[in-house]
Amino acid sequence: MEKIYDVMIFGAGAAGLSAGIYASRGKLDTLILSEGVTGGQMVLTNEIANYPGVETVKGYELADSMKRQVKSFGCTLKTNVKIKEYRLSDEIKEVELGDGRVFRAKAAILAPGGRPRSLNIPGEKEFEGRGISYCATCDADFFKDKRLVVVGGGNSALEEAVTLTHFASHVTIVHQFDHFQAFAHAVEEAERNPKISFIMESELREYSGGETLEKVKIENLRTGEVSELETDGVFVFIGYIPNTEAFRDFVETNQNGEFVVDPLMKTSLPGIYAAGDCVAKRYRQVTTSVSDGTIAALSATEYIRTKN
Amino acid sequence: MKYLRTGIQEIETADELQKIISENENVMVCCGRMGPMCIPVYEIMEELEEERPGVKFYSMAFDSPESGVIRNAPECRGFMGLPFTMYYKNGQVAKATTSIQDMSQITANLDQYLA
Ligand SMILES: Cc1cc2nc3c(=O)[nH]c(=O)nc-3n(C[C@H](O)[C@H](O)[C@H](O)COP(=O)(O)OP(=O)(O)OC[C@H]3O[C@@H](n4cnc5c(N)ncnc54)[C@H](O)[C@@H]3O)c2cc1C
Repeated sequence: MEKIYDVMIFGAGAAGLSAGIYASRGKLDTLILSEGVTGGQMVLTNEIANYPGVETVKGYELADSMKRQVKSFGCTLKTNVKIKEYRLSDEIKEVELGDGRVFRAKAAILAPGGRPRSLNIPGEKEFEGRGISYCATCDADFFKDKRLVVVGGGNSALEEAVTLTHFASHVTIVHQFDHFQAFAHAVEEAERNPKISFIMESELREYSGGETLEKVKIENLRTGEVSELETDGVFVFIGYIPNTEAFRDFVETNQNGEFVVDPLMKTSLPGIYAAGDCVAKRYRQVTTSVSDGTIAALSATEYIRTKN
Repeated sequence: MKYLRTGIQEIETADELQKIISENENVMVCCGRMGPMCIPVYEIMEELEEERPGVKFYSMAFDSPESGVIRNAPECRGFMGLPFTMYYKNGQVAKATTSIQDMSQITANLDQYLA
């Protein structure tokens, strides 16, 4: 008979790693399977300054320290895997990886987080890494004295637009509404910046260029008029999509595709819990993911103990 | 001088890179920083190191003057996203990629160019 883990956790971000720490420290035989990198979105964050007890820390350093912690308690961690098939409805939960390996467990915690939303318009694949970016921290210095477009109207878009003015000669913010969703102080800072201009009620329709990005087509949503803007780069900050697609046949999700959970992080299917950015909630932070992961692991522990 | 903190070995000089690619048939080098687009590639390379003994995996710091040999390589013209990842076959550049790559993209390149 193949090995059956006590709990199998999907995702190795803040939520999955926290769940792994609590479950394996509670002596559950624990497996974390992640389709992405250890740390998830934490790795996307240059500096985290609001994680209590740690004044400032680089995202990858916090992720690395959680990884060492979870492994020290005996948790098995497999990252960058491709999961081909999920069989979660029965009492024993089972998955099959792309390479044919099968893993089984008595309970599962879903912590697949979210991913940046892209515009999904012509030219996107061609110019990713050749002018299109989703990360100012990573790529800003390729655009010294260049013209940039930032797409979005939330906190990330406005804060990153201001950061990008330290590199670029000019930044144009393109936003689909006539007002911003960002906090007032972020909007004021962007509006005060002489290097930033705004194109409101508009959306990008196409990327074009030669070896690198040279132009974008922008549609004014009120008039329908399409114009071209020359630019050397586009940074896209239009929010995140929950990575819940693979699980929607098994557990209930809301209209945004987020898992519906109770206060103990139980989903609609017995033995399956969810944690982190993928659940329906108002605030998405490292601290809230850590909290969700903790509760999910403790709930799963109780579930397994009552079954045994 | 070492700049990167990863589980794969860091090449520090252009001469070292030249020696490695001339002495090994298949070499993959990820030239980047400790940033969000680079860290996933280093982690994938760490995992592949165990599975693919026929390929040598290394990192190189993008900000080191010594990595000019990669930054200015003709195969990297137009690249504007970190990391720059190089696949060398018998000392020659067989493939170069810009920006983050996932496990399936990297294994596809290894299968196609460093088989
Ligand atoms: C640019 C940026 C800056 C931020 N700054 C801060 C900050 O300063 N402070 C703060 O507290 N928060 C910050 N946040 C938010 C914080 O990073 C997230 O709320 C938190 O990290 C989410 O953790 P998570 O574990 O829920 O999900 P994620 O970090 O998204 O991790 C989920 C992991 O699961 C993997 N996965 C996806 N699908 C599957 C699947 N089907 N099976 C298995 N694995 C899967 C993913 O690849 C990923 O690795 C920031 C976010 C971003 C993007």
